[in-house]
Amino acid sequence: MLGKGVKRKREEEEEEDLTSQDWWLEETTPSPNPEEGASPAPLPPSSLFNLSIFKLHHGLRRGEPDLRHLVLVVNTLRRIQSSMALESSPPEPPCPAPVDPLPVAPDAPLCTSVSALLDDLSHIEGLCDTQTSFSEDIPLSRPPETGLDPGRPAPLGSLELLLEDGLEGLFDDIDTSMYDCELWPNLKTDSGETEDKIQGQGLDVSELDYLMDVLVGTQTL
Amino acid sequence: WKCPDETVHGSKADIISTVEFNHTGELLATGDKGGRVVIFQREQESKNQLHRRGEYNVYSTFQSHEPEFDYLKSLEIEEKINKIRWLPQQNAAYFLLSTNDKTVKLWKVSERDKRPEGYNLKDEDGRLRDPATITTLRVPVLRPMDLMVEATPRRVFANAHTYHINSISVNSDYETYMSADDLRINLWNFEITNQSFNIVDIKPANMEELTEVITAAEFHPLHCNTFVYSSSKGTIRLCDMRASALCDRHTKFFEEPEDPSNRSFFSEIISSISDVKFSHSGRYIMTRDYLTVKVWDLNMENRPIETYQVHDYLRSKLCSLYENDCIFDKFECVWNGSDSVIMTGSYNNFFRMFDRNTKRDVTLEASRENSKPRAILKPRKVCVGGKRRKDEISVDSLDFSKKILHTAWHPSENIIAVAATNNLYIFQDKVN
Repeated sequence: MLGKGVKRKREEEEEEDLTSQDWWLEETTPSPNPEEGASPAPLPPSSLFNLSIFKLHHGLRRGEPDLRHLVLVVNTLRRIQSSMALESSPPEPPCPAPVDPLPVAPDAPLCTSVSALLDDLSHIEGLCDTQTSFSEDIPLSRPPETGLDPGRPAPLGSLELLLEDGLEGLFDDIDTSMYDCELWPNLKTDSGETEDKIQGQGLDVSELDYLMDVLVGTQTL
Repeated sequence: WKCPDETVHGSKADIISTVEFNHTGELLATGDKGGRVVIFQREQESKNQLHRRGEYNVYSTFQSHEPEFDYLKSLEIEEKINKIRWLPQQNAAYFLLSTNDKTVKLWKVSERDKRPEGYNLKDEDGRLRDPATITTLRVPVLRPMDLMVEATPRRVFANAHTYHINSISVNSDYETYMSADDLRINLWNFEITNQSFNIVDIKPANMEELTEVITAAEFHPLHCNTFVYSSSKGTIRLCDMRASALCDRHTKFFEEPEDPSNRSFFSEIISSISDVKFSHSGRYIMTRDYLTVKVWDLNMENRPIETYQVHDYLRSKLCSLYENDCIFDKFECVWNGSDSVIMTGSYNNFFRMFDRNTKRDVTLEASRENSKPRAILKPRKVCVGGKRRKDEISVDSLDFSKKILHTAWHPSENIIAVAATNNLYIFQDKVN
């Protein structure tokens, strides 16, 4: 039996946020030296990709995902992925400042992070069934040393498949349409008689409240 | 701008999540992360205490929402108050709507200065008397008592939102209001709590096709059939409820073409609209995205008529702001009573005002260190690069944990309320 949710104190939440963001803070602590210039070194697309995957993963682990945050991160991921897939065209800079040319994708860390995401997603309640089909279909779920050529675009292609399925899986978790309350089937239909009935009930309750208030003197007639 | 009386709201535990003046400006309501509502009332002007004229003091405090647990989804529902909206005053009592992620409540705030005494069925302590001991009847009389302000929940509008409620808006007919979540907007009648009408639904048939969410919604201040809602893709849709029951097809569609020179991976995130507000006149709408505030004429859909840069120096920092999630912060924006000035918040406890007529703007800071009561606020300036002048602050020194997301402007006077994390600042513009 599930117990009642416990309200966490703000201090606990702060600590948790800091812990999850720690390793990013280590990488990107802004320099206090003002002479270094206004903008920090921009991250290459592959790092942004990893960062976005991490955000997605972190967002899903939260109690109830913030849909706006998720949608924006996913859309950004799509942009980065399509940009990385266009190896022949000039890379789209993540920031207006110039970036290094798109490096050869470091497949091992990418695979590791995606596999880790797969593994973690499979532990999330309710995604278990969907996740087993992922691990069967997606080559990346196999160990990295089974022949992933760094130069091939195949990993990105597999990622594309993964992302598409993964996105579906992600939003399915949020999609609670099957839980949508059917207590009021009249929601979309114009039903005059039920409205009158409900109106009648509503009037009774509010009128009773009003009468009670008058009796105890908090209302004047 | 001066701070006549610095008001500190709550302890360091609870962050203010919404601020709203009522229609006369007499009352100011705040909601916080702990589900509480605190209402401040303006002191009546009196000849005896001229220096206290116009100050706001606590009028009522109540717990609006409690944390809940959704057993079906095994999720905790936060008690944080996302929005408060006042109803226009129609009798001696005040009414407001407050909402968390899932449930909207109508609260009645009323004063009690009389108490009935002389009940027959209970004694003065309130304990019930044994009916067998009652041999005479008397009529209870009302006796004066110390003023008590009590808040009672009059309606609870629940179970109508699958996703998180981001906006509520009272219609100008004063009979209905709407509540908007990430994918749907519902229309309610104040008297009916177990039924609402869905008027906008952007949920795709396949959730994998989801690319856009609703971020804010508001009714037109004068036309009860018109409302707008904004999206995470930087668009605004104006809908007319007379056109059809389900307003999935907009009447007007406002979108500014993307500037190709500013395109980046973060273009969509920074174009996501975090707030939309009609002007008091109803002629314009104002939108806030991550870096700018835009004013749109309802008669021109292809671009805004005015664009104001809130903190353009952050444009080169978008990578870092994406990393620390600040790029997802949702800033609100407000009009002044005459629609001539607009205001919005920024980081480092800065907030900005833009005069639409003179095109002048100012950056002010809400902090205890820099403003003593009755001191005049000093304009602040952010140094972008090069040599930093004295009193300027460099971009790298900005504190991104101090963000002003919520502000409010008195409906007719130059009094503003600024929420800085868990502190509330009230400033007045006294023209001497």
